[in-house]
Amino acid sequence: MQTAVTQPSPAGKILWVAIAIVGAWCLGVVALRRGEPINAIWLVAAAIAVFVIGYRFYSKFIANNVLQMDASRATPAVLRNDGLDYVPTDKWVVFGHHFAAIAGAGPLVGPVLAAQMGYLPGTLWILFGVVFAGAVQDFMILGLSIRRDGRSLGNMLRDELGPVAGVVAMFGVLVLMMIVLAVLALVVVKALTHSPWGTFTVACTIPIALLMGVYLRWFRPGKILEVSIIGLVLLLASIWFGAHVAASPSWAAAFDFDAKALAWLLIAYGFCASVLPVWLLLAPRDYLSTFLKIGTIALLALAIFLAAPTLQMPAVTKFIDGTGPVFQGNLFPFLFITIACGAVSGWHSIIASGTTPKLLSSEGEARMVGYGGMLMEAFVAIMALIAAASLHPGVYFAMNSPAALIGTTAQSAATAISQWGFVVTPDELLNTAKNIGEGSILSRAGGAPTLAVGMAQLLHGIIPGEGMMAFWYHYAILFEALFILTTVDAGTRVGRFMIQEIAGLIHEPLKHTESWAGNLIATAICVGLWGYFLYQGAVDPLGGINTLWPLFGIANQMLAAVALMLATVVTVKLKRERYVWVPGIPAIWLVVCTLTAGWYKLSGSISFTAAAQKYAQAIADGKVLAPAKNAAEMQRIVTNNYVDAALTAIFMLLIVTMAGFAINAILKAWRINHPTAHEEPYVALGSVPTQ
Amino acid sequence: MKPNLQSIRKWAVQTARLCCGVPDYDVYVKHLREHHPEREVPTYAEFFRERQVARYKGTGGRCC
Repeated sequence: MQTAVTQPSPAGKILWVAIAIVGAWCLGVVALRRGEPINAIWLVAAAIAVFVIGYRFYSKFIANNVLQMDASRATPAVLRNDGLDYVPTDKWVVFGHHFAAIAGAGPLVGPVLAAQMGYLPGTLWILFGVVFAGAVQDFMILGLSIRRDGRSLGNMLRDELGPVAGVVAMFGVLVLMMIVLAVLALVVVKALTHSPWGTFTVACTIPIALLMGVYLRWFRPGKILEVSIIGLVLLLASIWFGAHVAASPSWAAAFDFDAKALAWLLIAYGFCASVLPVWLLLAPRDYLSTFLKIGTIALLALAIFLAAPTLQMPAVTKFIDGTGPVFQGNLFPFLFITIACGAVSGWHSIIASGTTPKLLSSEGEARMVGYGGMLMEAFVAIMALIAAASLHPGVYFAMNSPAALIGTTAQSAATAISQWGFVVTPDELLNTAKNIGEGSILSRAGGAPTLAVGMAQLLHGIIPGEGMMAFWYHYAILFEALFILTTVDAGTRVGRFMIQEIAGLIHEPLKHTESWAGNLIATAICVGLWGYFLYQGAVDPLGGINTLWPLFGIANQMLAAVALMLATVVTVKLKRERYVWVPGIPAIWLVVCTLTAGWYKLSGSISFTAAAQKYAQAIADGKVLAPAKNAAEMQRIVTNNYVDAALTAIFMLLIVTMAGFAINAILKAWRINHPTAHEEPYVALGSVPTQ
Repeated sequence: MKPNLQSIRKWAVQTARLCCGVPDYDVYVKHLREHHPEREVPTYAEFFRERQVARYKGTGGRCC
């Protein structure tokens, strides 16, 4: 389809001009109004207008000119239809499936952390990041995969950039996965530390899932909906019962753990869950978490529309100078790696080149699924940002600052936070904790608890009732923990297969996924890798999230940069050089952000090296710094920081290597005067016998 | 095709199942009958079990 963008009718033109004016007006209110708090609805309206315009014009431009999607061309689903993996499917069904696969904890956590700089920087990055980078990545990778039999990102990199680039990328994906699992598990640890109510309800998900698994296997095979409803009812009952557990001193003690103990429990759980047969624990938990995820996102949207909260956080705080307590570092580059999922997420390139391209029945539908799906995810990120920014800033900072900065009592926290300019009284902090049924809200970093308090307040505003706020808080915690744990189970399994594949290169029998020895060894390695970082986070002086989230952000954006590099290379290889900026500029932007952030984490005052040196110096002076209690723990903190520094260096090296491969491929293709991309040949849709 | 309650329900069920990695059973049976008449048609329970195991084999279909 070489045709230009079709011209809209006069009525259409008027409509789009109106949307543009409304969008610009709302964005102006969000960006320029100072001194008085604004309502969240302005932000929602601005976001919807930007997304609608981006979808209508930019994604259409990409579909017609850059990817040249052709509705008359047969897709892999049509050509290889096997009724199982390759099935031409209704576009709305594919859209639902794709969105459920890309939406996770990421877009809910990053924006909450970034709210320390105010709501404006995060909002602008999400809105423009998604339109020009995130959705472009998802859509272009999907488009490329459709033209290549639904091949995976790794395979496409191997074909277009060479075999070495493929191996380097595979290694990068494995390391990224370990960091993702560790940081997500840490979010759960942070939410459940000394929270008997939360720990009890999350622990209940294990017997509930086992029951569902047995039911689905023997009593009513395949009745997913039925069993999910049973599971949901049991979950809600466990939240209700959790209040009684927390109230009873003897029971509460049994579910009261510190961060270290929770980390060990999660490591043990992760190992068991990925060794057991999938039908018993992993699959039923997956069903429950998928439905709960979609349901809760819808609930959050409803709550924001009905409650229409006022944003209490200022538009921009003084922490854009890099002195913030939640994460360290300046607006550039750290905002752009803190909000990863929601604006642009490398993980999506794996999904966009996974199941989705094997389901689309027409190339014309890729735009809606790829670009549109990512816009939906960005909207989830905006909602998370609203939930965080509608909290009292004092409460927000009390929940997200490490104990090293605000102390461990409501008194010390209120004093410290009031000094930063966010006046709050100890009573306000204690009251919030009491309302949500917890002993303390201090230093519960990681996004999940903050979002849970935000959601609880929004929902409580709509459905008031004695004690309901505590119920909603624990519901939100449970929902996040549930789908994070599902990611941990499934991720450990996938990591295990990847490790077995790599081990198989050295010793062939290790590759067999049915062998128990190979299974146990690879699972132990996989759990050991993410478990190491999880435990490190649990004992970290700055609370873990502060240290590990930037590593996760750098890794995730690195993968996004690699995916966009692939899109750039293919655009040149197809001799569409004049559109090279579409994937090229976001690729360069992400390379610049990740390398700069990596550099700050390697050298300078906020680096891992500086932290290691600080503790090494204290050891030399014979001092012990909190939270370490003895010299051995001090030494461990030094080692951990050096490991993080080494990992950062590996990520930087990896991205420079991949950029080298990409530039090389681009230069080569630019000189040749005919297309050299590895696309499958054109087959007309009409020539394939209908199924 | 006009959307009505029945088609919306069908859409919801199909989407929900696909989100859990279970494709449409009827479509698969139709495919088998048309293209592989020699193969035995699995029951829904067998089909479901096979898909359940297959979902967690490859590189994962979920995000952070």
